[in-house]
Amino acid sequence: MNLHELTAHQIIKDKVNPREVRKSLEERIASVDKKVKAVLRLCPDEAEVGKGVLSGIPIATKDNICIKDNLTTCASHILDGFKPPYDATVISKLRNAGASLFCSTNMDEFAFGSSTENSFYGPTHNPWDTTRVPGGSSGGSAAAVSAGEATMALGSDTGGSIRQPASFCGVVGLKPTYGRVSRYGLIAFGSSLDQIGPLTKDVEDSALLLNVIAGYDPNDSTSVDVLVPDYTKSLVKDVKGLKIGIPKEYFIEGIDKEVKDAVDQAINLLKKSGADYKEISLPHTEYAVPTYYIVATSEASSNLARFDGVQYGLRSKAAKKEVSDLIDMYFATREAGFGKEAKRRIMLGTYALSAGYYEAYYLRALKVRTLIKRDFDEAFKSVDCIITPTSPTDAFKIGEKTEDPLSMYLSDIFTISTNLAGIPGISIPCGFTKNNLPIGLQILAKPFAEETLFRVAYTYEQGTEWHKQKPKL
Amino acid sequence: MITRKDVEYVAKLARIGFSESEIEQFTKELSAILEYIGKLNELDVSKVEPTSHVLPIKNVYREDVLKKSLPVSDVMKIAVVKDKNQFKVPKVIE
Repeated sequence: MNLHELTAHQIIKDKVNPREVRKSLEERIASVDKKVKAVLRLCPDEAEVGKGVLSGIPIATKDNICIKDNLTTCASHILDGFKPPYDATVISKLRNAGASLFCSTNMDEFAFGSSTENSFYGPTHNPWDTTRVPGGSSGGSAAAVSAGEATMALGSDTGGSIRQPASFCGVVGLKPTYGRVSRYGLIAFGSSLDQIGPLTKDVEDSALLLNVIAGYDPNDSTSVDVLVPDYTKSLVKDVKGLKIGIPKEYFIEGIDKEVKDAVDQAINLLKKSGADYKEISLPHTEYAVPTYYIVATSEASSNLARFDGVQYGLRSKAAKKEVSDLIDMYFATREAGFGKEAKRRIMLGTYALSAGYYEAYYLRALKVRTLIKRDFDEAFKSVDCIITPTSPTDAFKIGEKTEDPLSMYLSDIFTISTNLAGIPGISIPCGFTKNNLPIGLQILAKPFAEETLFRVAYTYEQGTEWHKQKPKL
Repeated sequence: MITRKDVEYVAKLARIGFSESEIEQFTKELSAILEYIGKLNELDVSKVEPTSHVLPIKNVYREDVLKKSLPVSDVMKIAVVKDKNQFKVPKVIE
């Protein structure tokens, strides 16, 4: 087996020289990334292999996670040349675990998108079919892991941005509980929704990486001081007596039949392994997307106010002359620096928060959010986990949805309510469509019950071979 | 339901410059999105408390003690235009 195809746990178990893995990954990038375009830039190679549980393991990070003195741009023109003066907490934790920071990956600008087409640097392509999108917004991280360009990767998930690309690219993507992983140094999109999480080749690597990045951080007052268990202990092939909930609202019109069949088969496999099954209802599901697009864009419009050309990143050349005033500089910089979707979301959020509309839009959305959260609270009284498709279809064609923002937003229909409710979710490969494109199975659990996700995901993965399939590039 | 004038006003609030054709396009797109979001009006939320945050965390306090902060020289490295240890901007008032 080629070194670039190894998982982190294989590298550790077989004591493979991580420097040779890194070399193999660099060669792989040189040979396939002109087709995939997942990698924005390589991190400088360190002289020594770090010590720790992830000693020397090369890790790709999404371009919205700050690495000290290393270009970090959110794939946006407005952060041209920005080199953060500090490490994000997850980066410090990776360094402490001995991991090797390997490359920054492409994304939708500021994580605004579901296809990685909204990048200032151009789209990433799905390794399974390069005419299709890898999903988004962590499409670069998902595609890099899938294409063998990184051993494991970090992404961020605000409305499905880890799970949906994991589904489209045939890898494992985990969104932890809100507050499980520090957001310090993650350039904010929707502060009440964002979480950093792993994109990996299998479930075991996901647990290994979550072990390293999880935990309370005084620098993020929304991180929670809940004990971090050893997640690898949950990698057991046993779901006997576990109660699975199947929400009827997720198996609706518009869901691809092949996707539905694959998920049904996955549920059958878990039933055969001893799990109990129950139909449940999440009655406010159809309101999740409109709620999300008010809450997320409102938070984004506020968070993105800081990109104004004053301190760092781009300052529009048109406004660099001493004669123009500060306000002109703001307008010119933000016009030149933000892409179309970023502008669209800032505008929508600004509108929803503006005087006269705040109650009709923002406040109403926050109230519906309560109803969506209550649906899950109620469901988890009688089940241990919930199983759904990750996305209603397989990967769509590049360009197919760029002219229709609403249809793009709807591709996140099954992942969005998770973020609104703050619960954890994982997407794992569960089959292929006729087009030979991966299908993802989504498992959701109660807050801080990532152990349940790993147990169910691992049991399923042990009974299948989907995660071992590799795209031909 | 959203007019060209609304879009121009919001663009001003958001401090983003737009061309004429962009204003037109955004008026159409935002109208379509807001129409879809109008779906939220189907629900009676008069007795529902808002959730701005999912965690049962209220204010988070810390002791008011001095901590090491980033060195000024490190921070100034990110400046687009600087003058000694200050970020320089175009003039604010006439």
